[in-house]
Amino acid sequence: MTAAREDRMFNIVVYSLLSLVALCVLYPLVYVVSASFSDPQYIMGGEIWLWPKGMTVDSYASIFKNDAIVRGFLNTLLYTAAGTGLNLVMTILAAYPLSRSDFAGRNLFMGVMVFTMFFGGGLIPTYLLIKNLHLLNTFWVMILPGAVSVWNIIIMRTYFQQSIPAEMQEAAVIDGCSNFQTLIRIVLPLSMPIIAVTVLYYAVGHWNAFFNALLYLSDRKQFPLQLILREILIQGQTDEMVRASTESAIKQQRAVEGIKYAVLVVANIPMFLLYPFLQRYFVKGIMVGAIKG
Amino acid sequence: MAMLQQEHVGRKPLKSTARISRFSKILRNWQLYVMISPVLAYYILFHYVPMYGIQIAFKDFRINKGIWDSPWVGLKHFDRFFHSFFFERLIFNTIELGLYLIVIGFPIPILLALLLNEAKAERFKKFVQTITYAPHFLSTVVVVGMMMIFLNPRYGLVNQFIGALGGDTVNFMANPSWFKTLYVLSDVWQTMGWSSIIYLAALGGIDTQLHEAARVDGASRIRRIWHINLPGIRPTIVILLILNLGSVMAIGFEKVLLMQNNLNLASSDIIDTYVYRSGILDANYSFSAAIGLFSAVINFLLLVLVNAVARRAGGTSLW
Repeated sequence: MTAAREDRMFNIVVYSLLSLVALCVLYPLVYVVSASFSDPQYIMGGEIWLWPKGMTVDSYASIFKNDAIVRGFLNTLLYTAAGTGLNLVMTILAAYPLSRSDFAGRNLFMGVMVFTMFFGGGLIPTYLLIKNLHLLNTFWVMILPGAVSVWNIIIMRTYFQQSIPAEMQEAAVIDGCSNFQTLIRIVLPLSMPIIAVTVLYYAVGHWNAFFNALLYLSDRKQFPLQLILREILIQGQTDEMVRASTESAIKQQRAVEGIKYAVLVVANIPMFLLYPFLQRYFVKGIMVGAIKG
Repeated sequence: MAMLQQEHVGRKPLKSTARISRFSKILRNWQLYVMISPVLAYYILFHYVPMYGIQIAFKDFRINKGIWDSPWVGLKHFDRFFHSFFFERLIFNTIELGLYLIVIGFPIPILLALLLNEAKAERFKKFVQTITYAPHFLSTVVVVGMMMIFLNPRYGLVNQFIGALGGDTVNFMANPSWFKTLYVLSDVWQTMGWSSIIYLAALGGIDTQLHEAARVDGASRIRRIWHINLPGIRPTIVILLILNLGSVMAIGFEKVLLMQNNLNLASSDIIDTYVYRSGILDANYSFSAAIGLFSAVINFLLLVLVNAVARRAGGTSLW
């Protein structure tokens, strides 16, 4: 009897704590979305607690009229697509040879790559290299310096080793397949799950990246969305947004507050749409990595 | 490998044939070397060439002379750094922030995983997981941006709340004493769910018979958590603690940089942000490279040290 009551008490504690955690995480997100659909005067007046007040899409309308944001969005799309494509190719090119036990020198190659996880040249020597290569303010600087990651190579190599029967590859070789043909005809068609994981990992990374752009780009036309976000949200550079309008100062200030929330939502729309996949595949990736690492 | 063994069937593996077979193995797999060469080229160019560039830490780097021809100056830059006004502040801020992050940020995902593991209602559990994982996918800029608008002294939600309770407005982002707490709390908000996944997986691997047996013996759920679940995930906890302690000084510096402003600098200036400011913004290349090298070496040694301690203490280690 007392055991059952203890059990019930325990359950109450567990469920309330978890609800509290979920609430703390969820509330700021819901608030941002609500505020982005609200009339900014209510945001500034502190009248929004949960649901939108004075429903409007004005803030979104001003975003789409803003060149910097639209261009940033398109730039990010381009960097993400091109960068992820390069990442995927490079990761496969490294992971496949490293997955083969008859690949002489695999430990050496692996060592060369893994060492860079623990030690590197650092910010300044890397910056000087990029400068010497004349990559500053080019499209390439957004995709080349992070062309591949050791972590993803390890995950994909592990998948190749564990999920694709070596006998199948041997049979292909006996049938006259070269290594390239084996990779393309046998291995890759069987590796779609891990390719999906890899693509998502890299794509999210590119979408959210801002630091390389901050370091290596000074031409605002090339800025990815995250740098534009930084200007608006963190540095408070919002003059340009409202300069064109002839509204009074107070109205301009209101518009700016609304834009801040709307731009947060817009920047995360792709993430929101992909979230079901992200959650599933990323968790899988962690598991593969955990077995190995 | 199996292919090779077939070749050797019926032959005695002599030393010379072994060498020949190794050579023929390389020859036969030449395409594999072609595949990996662009990746190798990438690592050499973007990771090892900068390591070669570290030598500017011991030189007076002049752009017109290049890395090789700039004159050697020994430990001048290190000396200048160790005796600079910033040295103590940078070291202190870096270590304090790193430790603060571990003390608060490390146990919370473990607690969350233990709680989630006790929630037997599957749909509720999934719901909480879905929500707590979500902030992991937000960018650093977005998280810091959200912090800025919520903590805005005039219009921010937090200050409106403080105002409604009759308190005085707090300018959080401009106050050095708030910086580290804000950094750590926002980090917990963003990462606790995601970091709990690995512990949840470890908890899922614990033998259910242990729980059955304990239940028969009359152990309460709290006792079972303490005596079965926690020991069950101990190796995972140790490994992750090693990783965390080893990188205690390698804080996610992008976020520090974004949260930093002239008003909170006394508390927010860490080694990496200082390297960025003096190196990239002020173009003191050699001096900053020296500081960067100093911190990279410390980080590396720390990881080796922590790993050795863990191996001796518990038999769990990274390598």
